[in-house]
Amino acid sequence: MKAPPFTYHRPTTGEELAALLGSLENAKVLAGGQSLMPMLNLRLAFPDHLIDINRVEGLAGIKVEGEDVVVGAMTRQADVLASSVVAERLPVLAEALRHVGHIQTRSRGTYGGSCCHLDPSSEQPAMAALYDARFHVVGAAGRRTVEAADWSVGMLQSALADDEYLEAIRFTPWRDGADGRCGYGFAEYARRHGDYAIVGCAALVRVDQAGAIGRAAVVLFGVEPSPTRLPALEAASLGQAAAGFNPASHLGEVDALDVMEDIHVNAVYRRRLARVMIGRAFADALARATGAKA
Amino acid sequence: MQQPLVITATINGRPVERAADPRMHLADFLRHEVGLTGTHVGCEHGVCGSCTVIVDGRPVRSCLMLAVQVDGAAVETVEGLTGASGSLSRLQRAFSEHHALQCGFCTPGMLMTLEALLRTVLNPTETDVRDAISGNICRCTGYQGIVEAALTAAKDRQGEPA
Ligand SMILES: Cc1cc2nc3c(=O)[nH]c(=O)nc-3n(C[C@H](O)[C@H](O)[C@H](O)COP(=O)(O)OP(=O)(O)OC[C@H]3O[C@@H](n4cnc5c(N)ncnc54)[C@H](O)[C@@H]3O)c2cc1C
Ligand code: FES
Ligand code: FES
Repeated sequence: MKAPPFTYHRPTTGEELAALLGSLENAKVLAGGQSLMPMLNLRLAFPDHLIDINRVEGLAGIKVEGEDVVVGAMTRQADVLASSVVAERLPVLAEALRHVGHIQTRSRGTYGGSCCHLDPSSEQPAMAALYDARFHVVGAAGRRTVEAADWSVGMLQSALADDEYLEAIRFTPWRDGADGRCGYGFAEYARRHGDYAIVGCAALVRVDQAGAIGRAAVVLFGVEPSPTRLPALEAASLGQAAAGFNPASHLGEVDALDVMEDIHVNAVYRRRLARVMIGRAFADALARATGAKA
Repeated sequence: MQQPLVITATINGRPVERAADPRMHLADFLRHEVGLTGTHVGCEHGVCGSCTVIVDGRPVRSCLMLAVQVDGAAVETVEGLTGASGSLSRLQRAFSEHHALQCGFCTPGMLMTLEALLRTVLNPTETDVRDAISGNICRCTGYQGIVEAALTAAKDRQGEPA
């Protein structure tokens, strides 16, 4: 089908964008269009105003600020995937992006757009949750920062108010150092490569010189309406020997999750798949942190 | 409803100026306003890849871009692959040699996706090719001929001056 009629706006500065968001009723921001355009064409969205942010200055690009890596909301998924900064400091983001759609959708789709759209199966908001990233938000009333844990407020629902936009996402990479070596793991199951995941999992660990786990973060996606961190598993792993650690013995919290069901995948299967994905991602993270895997 | 907006773009190397409703997507603009019907429209929601064109050097789904968004951009469609005399490109000839099309509906999207791949990856593997066309659905060929055609064209291109 064809998109419904709307009034098109094309601001070029953040101030113009904030002013438009502050004054227009029933307006939608258009980023890469890889989720919003299908919704318009399928007539699932009827905005009166479409605000195209593709020409707003300063929203695209990857910057290193001290320890942090700041990904502009309008940075294309293809550019994050190709970034040498990301490859070096946030390699799991690139690994995850290889599972996101196809080259044509990554040419346009943006990192911020995925985080705002918040599909429960999307890899990008899950990466933000994994790293406890911070979302820099701008509105007519000014700026604020939202912690990753507060970003998703429900199914397809971010913490953005109607008159706010996402400017950038700030990641603090885990670096190797005196306190140990870091590794990541990523596992996802989808029916075909490039499809949204049925279940996916990403893990980060740090293993110290003595071979003990010093820090861990694990996130599931595609399981609950928002990315799911696993604090009990993370805590249980601390101080344990990397060599003998088996995450499968610490998955009580997975039984308590409010697992989604759909026509293809029931909750029993999805929960089982979650356990398998956790096992794979955690094992890969440990293998990388101990040098057993590149 | 908003009045049509004027779009100035370069399409297959030629300057084009046309007005379009803001809600018109790029594939409809190319087909109905510019008269380039080589770009096909299958699903109109981003899943089939038949509408793939190249915008500013990158392969995109033209059903998921508004025509007004290419204002000032360079757009390449399947019509731009052929030479001035209408001669087929190496990739197009390889499609014919390897029986990489039957009904032809997916072909323009396959060609533009692979054209973009071959420009950036000089020596693609079979995996690279399959990964590139993972977002293009073909109901006829079973993909094998398409993959062979792309690999053949890539090999021949390496011999050509850039
Ligand atoms: C065939 C296909 C396969 C796909 N597979 C996957 C997949 O496997 N994994 C995956 O994660 N995604 C997948 N996607 C979705 C894709 O990644 C989208 O690009 C992404 O979800 C949205 O980003 P966008 O830039 O295109 O945003 P848009 O579609 O333009 O916007 C999406 C929503 O976010 C809002 N928004 C966007 N940017 C901002 C901002 N800066 N501030 C405020 N609001 C904003 C918009 O108003 C809209 O509501 C797929 C898409 C297609 C078409
Ligand atoms: S028509 Fe554009 S992807 Fe199907
Ligand atoms: S040749 Fe018929 S769909 Fe591909």
